[in-house]
This record gives sequence, C-alpha cells and structure tokens, in this order.
Amino acid sequence: MRNVRRWGPGLLLVSPSIVLIAVFVYGLIVWNIKVSFSDWRTSVPSHKWAGLAAYRDLNSDPAWSQDLHHILLFTVTFIAGTLLVGLTLAFLLEKGVRGEGFFRSVYLFPMAVSFIAAGVVWRWLMNPAPGDRATGLNVVFDKLGVGFLANQWYLGLNWGMAAMAMPAIWALSGYIMALYLAGFRGVPEDLREAARMDGASEWRVYRHVVFPHLRPVTLSALVILGHISIKVFDLIVAIGGKQLVTQTPAVYMWILIYDAQDYAKGAAIATLLLVGISALIVPYLVYTVRAERRA
Amino acid sequence: MPSIQYGRPRGRITRATAARAALLTAFALLLVPAAGNARPAAIGGTQASCQLEVFSWWTGGGEAAGLAKLITIWNKNNASCQFKNETVAGGAGGNAKAVLQQRLSAHKPPDSFQGHAGAELRDYIKAKQVEPIDFIYKQYKFDKVMPKSLLSQITYNGHLYSVPVNIHRANILWYNPKVLKKAGITSVPKTWSQFIAALNKAKAADVIPLSMADQWTSDHLWETVMIATIGPARWAALWKPGADWSNAGVTLALNRFKTLLSYTNSDAASLTWQDAGKLVADGKAAFNIMGDWQDGYFSGAKAGDNLGLKPKVDYGWAPVPGTAGVYDWLSDSFTLAKGAPHRSAAVKWLAFLGSKRAQDTFNPVKGSIPARQDANPKLYGPYLKWALTQWKTNRLAGSFWHGVVAPNKWHADIDTALGLFLQTKDVKRFQSALVTAAKKDAR
Repeated sequence: MRNVRRWGPGLLLVSPSIVLIAVFVYGLIVWNIKVSFSDWRTSVPSHKWAGLAAYRDLNSDPAWSQDLHHILLFTVTFIAGTLLVGLTLAFLLEKGVRGEGFFRSVYLFPMAVSFIAAGVVWRWLMNPAPGDRATGLNVVFDKLGVGFLANQWYLGLNWGMAAMAMPAIWALSGYIMALYLAGFRGVPEDLREAARMDGASEWRVYRHVVFPHLRPVTLSALVILGHISIKVFDLIVAIGGKQLVTQTPAVYMWILIYDAQDYAKGAAIATLLLVGISALIVPYLVYTVRAERRA
Repeated sequence: MPSIQYGRPRGRITRATAARAALLTAFALLLVPAAGNARPAAIGGTQASCQLEVFSWWTGGGEAAGLAKLITIWNKNNASCQFKNETVAGGAGGNAKAVLQQRLSAHKPPDSFQGHAGAELRDYIKAKQVEPIDFIYKQYKFDKVMPKSLLSQITYNGHLYSVPVNIHRANILWYNPKVLKKAGITSVPKTWSQFIAALNKAKAADVIPLSMADQWTSDHLWETVMIATIGPARWAALWKPGADWSNAGVTLALNRFKTLLSYTNSDAASLTWQDAGKLVADGKAAFNIMGDWQDGYFSGAKAGDNLGLKPKVDYGWAPVPGTAGVYDWLSDSFTLAKGAPHRSAAVKWLAFLGSKRAQDTFNPVKGSIPARQDANPKLYGPYLKWALTQWKTNRLAGSFWHGVVAPNKWHADIDTALGLFLQTKDVKRFQSALVTAAKKDAR
C-alpha cells in the first residue's frame, strides 16, 4: 500500500476500461459459454443445464462439416495468397524505387475499403454467368483470348471458397506488404554488406541473411490473418448471401440465432470460434512475452 | 542515506499529478452522457405525445408506397397519435426480424410488428411476445369477411394473433410468350409430363428452360413441386406432429424437384429473384416459378426500378403445373405486441388494417390481393383481377418458405437440408434429413 501513489492514479485511469471490458467482453464470453451448455433451443429462454447437447448436435450436423471445409479452404488460400503477394510487393519496394511513397499508399488503400464494399464489387467481378451472359472477369478472359479460364468462381463446388478468398487477399496484401517492408528495412545494411563481401550472390544474401530476419514478421502476419479469416462474415454475406454453398461458421451462427432461434447451438459455434482463435493467439502472446522478457 | 531526494517531491501537488487528475476527470465526464442516454426513450402509454410505433420491413417498391398511403390515412384520422414508421430494410424481413428480436428481448416492443401469418408467429406466441386478438375479429366482424379456411390456418391453440393485410400466391409459373413461340411450345403446360416436354423444347431452342436465383428460390420451387405432387391435403398433413415424411409421395416429389433443378441455370446462386425474372422478360429463359410479387416487378413503372412490361403481351402467368385450383398462399400480417407502449392505438391500427378501405388502398399498390373477400376488383390490375377470382374458389395450401406452415427452427432445418441437396443431389439423404427435421421440430 505504501506505493499506492505510484500505481494508484494509473490504475484509476484505466479502471473504467477494465470494468467495461470485464463486463462486456469477458462477462459476455462467460454468459455465451453458459448459453452454449444450456437448453435454450427455441424462442422461449431456458437456462437448464444440457451439457454438450448443442455441441454434439453441431458435430453431427452436415452443414457444420461443410462450414469447416469452407473455412479451411478459405483460410489456407487467404493466408498463403496474402503472404505471397505481400512479400512480393515488399520485395519489389524494399530496395527503394522512385515514387515509393505513392506505391506504398496505393497498395495499402484496399485495406481501408470495408469488406462489404469490396464484396459487392468482387461479386460483380466474379460473376459466374456462362456463355453470352458472362460479365466481370469471365468476359475479360474471353476478350483476351483466354476464355478457358472462365469459371464459376465462388460458386465452384470444390474451389469456390478459394475464389472467395481473392477479395480478402486483395484487401490485406497491402498490410502484409507494410509489415514485410518494415521487416526488410530492419535488416542492418552492414550485415548484407558483410555477406556480399564474403562472396554471396544477391539471392544468397536474401536467402541466408534477410529472410531469417523476417520469421517474426511472418509469425505475427500469420496470427493476424488467421484470426481475420476464421471469423470472416461480412465478405461472405456481401458476395454469397445466406446460402449453404458459401457458408462459413460465422454465417451459420447468424442463421442459427436469428432465423432458427436455436440459441444454444449458435452460442456453441461462437464458443468454438473463440477456442479456435485463442489456439492461434495465446501461444503467440506467450511467445512474444517470453521473447520480450529475455530481451 | 542520500541527502538528495530523487523522484517526486512529497507533500505537494506536482504538475504531473495535476495532469493525471485532469485526464481522469475528463475521462469520467465522457461516461456521463453515455449513462444518461441509457434511459429508455418511451416511458409508457400515459405519455402526453402518443406515437404509434409500427415495425415492418416494407422499405421499397410497392410495399413502401402502399404503406405510405396507409400512413397518410392514419395520420389524418388520428391526429393525437401519429404514425412512427420503424422499418428495417433487407429482403423478406431477414434483418428486420433480427432487430425485432433484440427489441423484444430487451422488453422494449413496438406497438405492432409485421410477421407472416401462420407458424412464423408461433415463436413469438410461445415466448409470450404477442397478445391474442380474437376480440378485434369479433368486434369488427373480420371473421365474416375473411375465408374460414384462412382463419383456421392462422389460429393457434384456438386464438388468433394477427390481422392479415394481404395475400400473395407462391405457385405461379411465369413465362415469356415470345420465347414459347420460338421454342415451339404451343400451350402452357398444365401437367408434369407437359411441363417436362416444354422444358425439353426450351433446352433445344437454346434458352434457359427454368430460371432460378439464390438458395431461397430453390426452397420456393421445392414447396410448389411438393404441393403439385402430393396435393394440398397431404401437404397440410405433413406439418402436423407425427407426420410421415418417408412415404413414397414425398420421394416422388423430391425426384421431380431434382429433375427440375437440372433444367435451371448454372449461376443461379449468384442471382436475385428479380434477376431470374428478368431472364424470362429478356427472352433468355422460358419459365420462372416465383410468387406473384413477380407481377409487380414485371408490370411496375420503370421509374421504380421495375420492368414496365405489358401483362399478357410481354409476359404471361399460369398456376405451376399440377397446382391448378390450389392457392399456395402467404400473408403479411400485423400483431399486437405484448406490453405495447400505446396499446389502444395499436388496437385501432389493427382494426384499420382489417378494414375494406385499408386493404383496398394498400393492395393495388403493393401488388397483392386483400385477405378480405369483398375487394373492389376495379382497383386491381390484370393479374390481380385473376388472382381475386382464384382466391374465391381455390383450395388453400399454406406456404412453407413464407412462414405459414413451419415455425422458425423447422424452417431453418429444412433450408439447411435443401442447401445440402443442391450440392449433392442425393434424394435419399435429403428425405432422411426431412424426416429427422420433422421429428425434431414438429410441435
């Protein structure tokens, strides 16, 4: 208590935030988990304990396994695509070009566009209409003579969700480019000089000196992209609406709660999403805290 | 011990402390207006300024225009309680229902809210969020002018909970006469085999035989095929507890549904129902099965984003093959919310909605027919005139997708099963999913 004057005012300043977060984030998380274990499957509230009934129901639901397939395909395509495009853009810019500020801004702008707006435009670009009704990218391919590339985009049975990841890649590669650019610039020039003096070709300089430095950047990029992609909702709704062919867990949760009024099952999906994202973020937080302690 | 003291001097309010205190006070002051706004705006029915809060999803096209006319009449006759239009945009009320749920759970209901008449209201009834309004029917004699078969289908546990404002028909086959001529289809199909023959002719003529839009329009098609195959009596029986969804009639209907899907456009999931209708209007498709709001889109003014077509010239209509004489009906209706802040005004609103004047004002503009059977046909366009005569004589079959026969959970379960069927085309799995859904959700 003796040092209250030291930490007291600080605590007082953040205490409203702490209280609000405790109630509206963690309190509601606990309440949501409680609902997922309850018997509340209709419009009439019920708080009886029902154990894992909602989770078991979800597990045996064929729509849920569809959602998991969709989100897996979307996540893998999105993360791989964004990392690749972001890395390439950063690589192109890192040695310094004329008008670098302009290019950086242009590549970063898509991140400022909301997923709904991007979704509406990409929905038109990815129009799957065949033949003479084709519009969007399909008609561009046709005019460029690569008509065989025209396909069903987000409606494709097997790769539809990979096409759905394209607007997301477009939106977020600029951000990853910024991360990697900072990473590239963080490599001291004398390290590169030293490697060149030892006779390494430029490619080997990159491979053995620069890229290892980018590992922490890739890790944080993975975590950020991962948690965006697991709960993706607005992009899916803007492009695919409310139908099973493009459904993801977040969209199914929306349907269960507002259309079916199956609150326990919807809460179960919310809890599973939380667990999935925590599995990504908590180890990362532990790793960064430990790294900072060591430094 | 060092004689020089490092760090903060004691016993005086330093600049740092004063700055922190000021920051803290400023932050605390920011919270005060937020706390003040948390108090509910409407306190109760005893307020001096009465405002009738009516919640609906009528935000576009004929519905908004019709509602605007009703509001004008209401405001003229009820100067003391003006209309507060609380609409939420979003197809067929999906978003509105979500917003409404939040208000009802927070115990801040509107006075009256829109819902499809029938089983869609069952969840509100069970959660005690609406009041029975048998007294309104008796007092204003609505039970004498609305068809008994309609009223019996919207009665739950012996009580009525909403006033139907309009009637739409879901089982209509829309076609383009020019396309039919080009494909050599000489008469509009009336039976299943005639339908398949016509679809084959359309395919041979290189037009889309049956245009389709995103998933819910497949649900819509499914219900018309079910009614066409098993008939309205067995259709009604399917929605009672203990019904048998595993019988051969359902299997036949599902197989016919699968056949019809093979005649649809491959990009259906990316289209809206209007896009699918436009394919027929533009001559790119022969047939489209959709509710009679399609007529409003086809014949409505171009200024309102409609197509401005001439009925019977640019487009035609007929009952879905196999459903002649059956009215696959749905109805927009209004309820009396429990705990309505202005209950007496809400009761007056419902009485007004069931009146001939309101229904004959709203429906010609909306593109539907009144639930009352004493409509003035002169006010209605060509399609609606035909619909009025049909409504008087047809047998009624309640719509599945539009909330008459299935409560919310069952509705969502069937929609999920159908979504899976659209991908797998596996009739056996679809039927067993329907059986499971009926077992779980029929009450």
